[in-house]
Parts: sequence; C-alpha cells; structure tokens
Amino acid sequence: MAAAPTSEQPREAAPVETAPPGAGLRSRIEHAFRPWRRANPGARYLVIAGAVITLVFLVMAVFADSVAPFGEDQYCAAEFFNAENGACIGVGPDEQIPNRAAPSREYPFGTTDTRFDVFSRVILGARVAFAVVAFSTLFAMFIGVPLGLFSGYIGGKFDRVMVLAMDAIYAFPSLLLAIMIAFSLGLRLEQLGIDAPYVPAAVAVGAVYIPQYFRVIRNHTLSIKEEPYVEAARSLGASRTSIVFRYIFFNVVSSIPVLFTLNAADAVLTVAALGFLGFGIRFPTAEWGLDINLGLADSVAGFWWTAFWPGVAITLLVTGLSLMGEGLNDIINPLLRVKGYRGKVKGGARATMAAVGAREDAAELDAEDGAAGLEGNR
Amino acid sequence: MNETVLRIRGLQVAYATPSGMLHAVDGVDLDVARGESVGLVGESGCGKSTMGKALMQLLPPGAEMAGSVQLNGQELVGIRPRELRRIRGEDMALVFQEPMTRLDPLMKVSDHFVEAIKAHRPRTKKAEARAMAREALMQMGIPPTRADNYPHEFSGGMRQRIMIALGIVMRPYMVIADEPTTALDVIVEAQILDLLDRLRRDEELGLILITHNLGIVAETCDRVAVMYAGRIVEVGPVEEVFTNPQHPYTQGLLRSVISVDTTELSSIEGSPPNLLNPPSGCRFAPRCDQVFDACRTVDPVLTPVSTATSAACLLHPGADAGADRRAAAAQQMATER
Repeated sequence: MAAAPTSEQPREAAPVETAPPGAGLRSRIEHAFRPWRRANPGARYLVIAGAVITLVFLVMAVFADSVAPFGEDQYCAAEFFNAENGACIGVGPDEQIPNRAAPSREYPFGTTDTRFDVFSRVILGARVAFAVVAFSTLFAMFIGVPLGLFSGYIGGKFDRVMVLAMDAIYAFPSLLLAIMIAFSLGLRLEQLGIDAPYVPAAVAVGAVYIPQYFRVIRNHTLSIKEEPYVEAARSLGASRTSIVFRYIFFNVVSSIPVLFTLNAADAVLTVAALGFLGFGIRFPTAEWGLDINLGLADSVAGFWWTAFWPGVAITLLVTGLSLMGEGLNDIINPLLRVKGYRGKVKGGARATMAAVGAREDAAELDAEDGAAGLEGNR
Repeated sequence: MNETVLRIRGLQVAYATPSGMLHAVDGVDLDVARGESVGLVGESGCGKSTMGKALMQLLPPGAEMAGSVQLNGQELVGIRPRELRRIRGEDMALVFQEPMTRLDPLMKVSDHFVEAIKAHRPRTKKAEARAMAREALMQMGIPPTRADNYPHEFSGGMRQRIMIALGIVMRPYMVIADEPTTALDVIVEAQILDLLDRLRRDEELGLILITHNLGIVAETCDRVAVMYAGRIVEVGPVEEVFTNPQHPYTQGLLRSVISVDTTELSSIEGSPPNLLNPPSGCRFAPRCDQVFDACRTVDPVLTPVSTATSAACLLHPGADAGADRRAAAAQQMATER
C-alpha cells in the first residue's frame, strides 16, 4: 500500500496513527460506492445507459465548435464566410451550402431552406440545451433548497406562507408560467439594453422547478429536525444557521441528486417547448425547439430531415437523463434497493439450488443493510 | 464548597394539551452547590426529565415555564435567546438518555467538538478546537486517534462518553445528566458514573443526576431529591434519606428496589395522578399506606424534619402551614400568563 499523502491527514504527524495514510481515503471511496455495488443490476444498467447517452451529448456540447462541420448560422464554406456580419463574400449561390439538400455524405442530416447544415445545428443545439438546463436547475436549487430548509426548520406561520406560495406556483401550468416569465424578463432585459440571450429562458425554466426542490427539502427537514442529535446540538448552544447548514443540510442533501437529474430531463423539454413557441432562444442561435418550429413547414412539404433530427436529439437526451434519474433513485433509496434484491432471488430462473446460496447472500446483505440503516437513522 | 451554583425557586412547567394545561413540574425548589451532586429520583412520568429539559429550556413548543432558575446569580427564565444560546453548553450542559442517537451520523466526532466550540468562541482556530476535542476525549478515556471517526464506529458506552466530553469541553458550571446510563450495561454504567463523579470532584462542577435507579444515587450523589407528581416530596443527604426515609413515597420507592437479597417484589399500588386534574390535598394520598383524613384536603409543603432533610408530608408537624403560600404561587403564575 503506497503511502501516498492524502487530504485526510494534513495535520501534524499523528504519532499513534497506525493505518497507512492511503487506506482511509480508499476505504472511504469504497464505502461511498457501496450502494452501487449493492444495487440490483437493472438499476445499474439504467444508470450506465443514461450516463452514456448524457455523456455523448455533453461531449458534443463541450466540443461543439470542433465537432460541428459548420457554424450555427453559416451557409457557405468556411473560407468564404465572414463570421462578423454573416455574409458569404465573393461566392455565388453554387458555392454556398445547397438549399434543402437531402442527407448525404457531405451533409449527414441534410440542410434547411436557409442553407444551414442540420447536423451542425443539432450539435450546437446541445450546447444551448446544457447551458440552459444547468443554469435553470442550479437556479432552482439555490433558491428552493435554502427556502425549504428554513421553512421546514422554522415552521409556524413562515412555513405556512411559504408552502402556500409554493403550492400556488406549483398549481399554475408550468409552461404558461415559463412563457410569462421568459416574455416579461426578455422585454425587461431588452429595455435595459442587456444582451443575455440565454437568461430569460433559463430563469423561466428554473422558476418552474423551485417548488419541487422546496417541497422535497422541506418535508425531509421536518423529519430531520426532530432527530435527537439536533436537540443535542441545540443543548450545546448551536445557532439556528449552524443547525440548519451543518446538521440538517447534510442529512437532507441525499434527496437532491435524483431530483436534479429528473428535473434536468424535464427542463430540456421545457426549453425546447419555449423555443418552439418562440419565447425561448432567438434565431439564429441553434436550439432544438426553435429548429423544429422552423422545420415545420418543410416536413409538410416532404423535407422530413429539417425537423426530424432536432426532435431525435431532444428525445435521446431526455431519455438519457430520465434513465439516469430513475436508476439513481433505485440505488440511493434503500427501500427500493432491498426490494430489488429480494425480487431477483425469488424470480430467478434457476430456482431452488441457486436460491439457497443466494438467500444466504441476501441474508448477509440484509444484516449489513440493517446496520447501515441503523447508522443512517440513529 | 457551599457556594450555590444553581438556585431553583418555584419552577413550574406546563404543557398545553387539548384538555387544558398539564403541570408536569409544579413548584420545585432546589439548590445545587459547587462540586455537589444531587440525585433526582422518582417513578416514570413524575416530571424528572421535564425538569432537566426545562433547566436547559429545551422544552417542546407549547410548553410554558414560570418561576426562577438562577445560574451563578443570573436569571434564566425569560432570558433572551442569544444569551440562552451562550449559556447552553458553555455554562450548563445536558447529557441525554440515549447516546446512540445524539450524535449526527454524518459528522465526524471531532467536527461535533469543532461545532460546539465555535458556537461559543467563533474565532477559535480549527486546529485549536481539535486539540481541545482530543483533550476532552482523552479525559473521558477515548483515544484521541479516534477523534476523526464517525459516530457509528463507536459503541454505546463510548458514545455516551463522547457526549459527556462534548458537554464538558467548554468547562460548564453545571451538568445535568438525564438518565445517562439507562441504555448501557452495568459495567459501562459504572464507568460512566465513575467519570461523572471524578469530573465533579476535579472540575468542581454542580451535577444533577436524573435517574430512577436508587442504587446509582446512593453511590454517586451527595443529596437526593425525590419527585412525585411534579413536586419534590423529600430532599436531603443521601444517607439520611435512604436509611431513614420520612415520606411514605420514599419509603415505598426504597421498598421497591430489587437487589440480590430480594425474595419478594414489592411495589406501590396504583399509578401517579393525572396532572391535568390533580387530587386536592396530598397528591400521594390515594396511594399512601399511612393516609389519614387531613391528607385528602390539606396540601402539604416541604418542611424540615431534621437539620438537613425536608419532607412534604402531613405526618410531620408544620407541613400544612404553607398551604396558602402554594395557592399564592399558583395565583401568581396564572397572572403572569
């Protein structure tokens, strides 16, 4: 075991410390992945499949400029294109990208009526999708989580008012709310002369998800704040802020990742819907919903590829994120985890013989699980 | 040695219930001197733990408190929340019943100490706080190398020692131990009690030991206060009270103690009265084996029966004298509310 220095032992050399420095970190990592090893294989496949799809899109988004053969608003070969004013200098229509070309080797997904390469726009659209989704879910999280924590911990009238307000937002049709926010915020930014094309859509989508974070965190906080260790912390003179952020937060935070991935999937759809309706990202920025809208007329005329590929991209990314969310839920939630294991043992095709051994395994696992549950609950 | 650290006068705690106010603690007077340990005994539901929590003001919402609690002369009832937060942990600490659930499972033991210390001295450096933590743990017999472990890596007895270490790391004047050994086995129990006893002697802190185990009290306490139905019925030096109990309830409690010599189990018939509607007269009268007529109408108060011991029983002359005093106190609480 190599004695690699880790961040765990930065203090003065502990004389009696017997474990080699690397062991602590390694066992900690192993411990962190224990739910993953325990999870039933179905959940693991879900997560892996979802993660692979999402990763492909993420790589596409990050390296969009080098992956995409053309720019998002480019309609001729790069050597003639003036990116500053978007004009094609010194070329006739023949050297430009052909208009409504069917998918070919040169233009894998075809081109649009305004001579844009669909393949490039799908790739560049991923960038917008990730940017807006990341911003909006983080926005919702940074507002919803603290509000939920304090609302749950303080309780009383403050809690009542907050719950009422959040329920009001939740009861409102989410797309309508997003449109209203995007529209009014867009106007306001225009008035102020601020050029921030992603912001209205991102804030609009984020605002829709605030109540979800609020509810989950608030309910969890309500149960955690009754835990004996919270009372013990109070008896030692801890302040309200330190109780909320040091004692309660870390016990509540486990419910966020699942919500985050599922919301991200939903946010992709909402952004696309906003773009489709014309309240989201503005042309000529490449955005999937917007591109579907632009391709609508084409699809009636038989040019199926202009709207088809952005649609496929939306479907794939939403599927990937949802798979990941569902899988994580199965893995993180201990109840589902145990159930999954039992199900596998009973439903296994090679019945009795295997079941004997498997049952022993399961019993062992249950015992450990029980211990883990105690640690978690006590 | 005679310097009073904690001075409780007329402490009343009432819980709001759907059918009215329930007086769980009803007019308790108690003094604790520096370096003295007082045992608080009684059967379940007689207000011992409520009193412990009331002293720390950790009562659930809906509970009301009246009377006077003075710590080193500072009044604690009606104190501002910020002041209260300073006193909790720094001047007065509470050791809870169930050590298994009193530590945050996601925080290292050393971080509990860092949090507790920083709550009182925000400018303490982390390394300094850790050093204090290690020292407090060492004092409790926990190797300092284990300071960075998580709570689930410790046994129940060790966790209780950690809780005690957490309580004393700020060097309080008072420690209230609320059944600190209930969840532990006898060996560990002896260790914990020994630790508390040593602490009290070394640090000269006042200790209130809340328990229903009379053996523990006999072993570790200087004085004992017997509680029944929210009131103290007898208080005095442990030896005197245990060898010559004056109140029928104390006598009954002592008879109920199980030891190796016990051949027949004895108990006190009946159960404590409903505190929503306590009986007039002596609260113990319905269960008392020495009851007489006056018991059912006159409410006895604590009266000295010897130089150091007081009992609230009409068997002792003078116990009926303060009936008006009690009424006046109740009146006062009603007007305060």
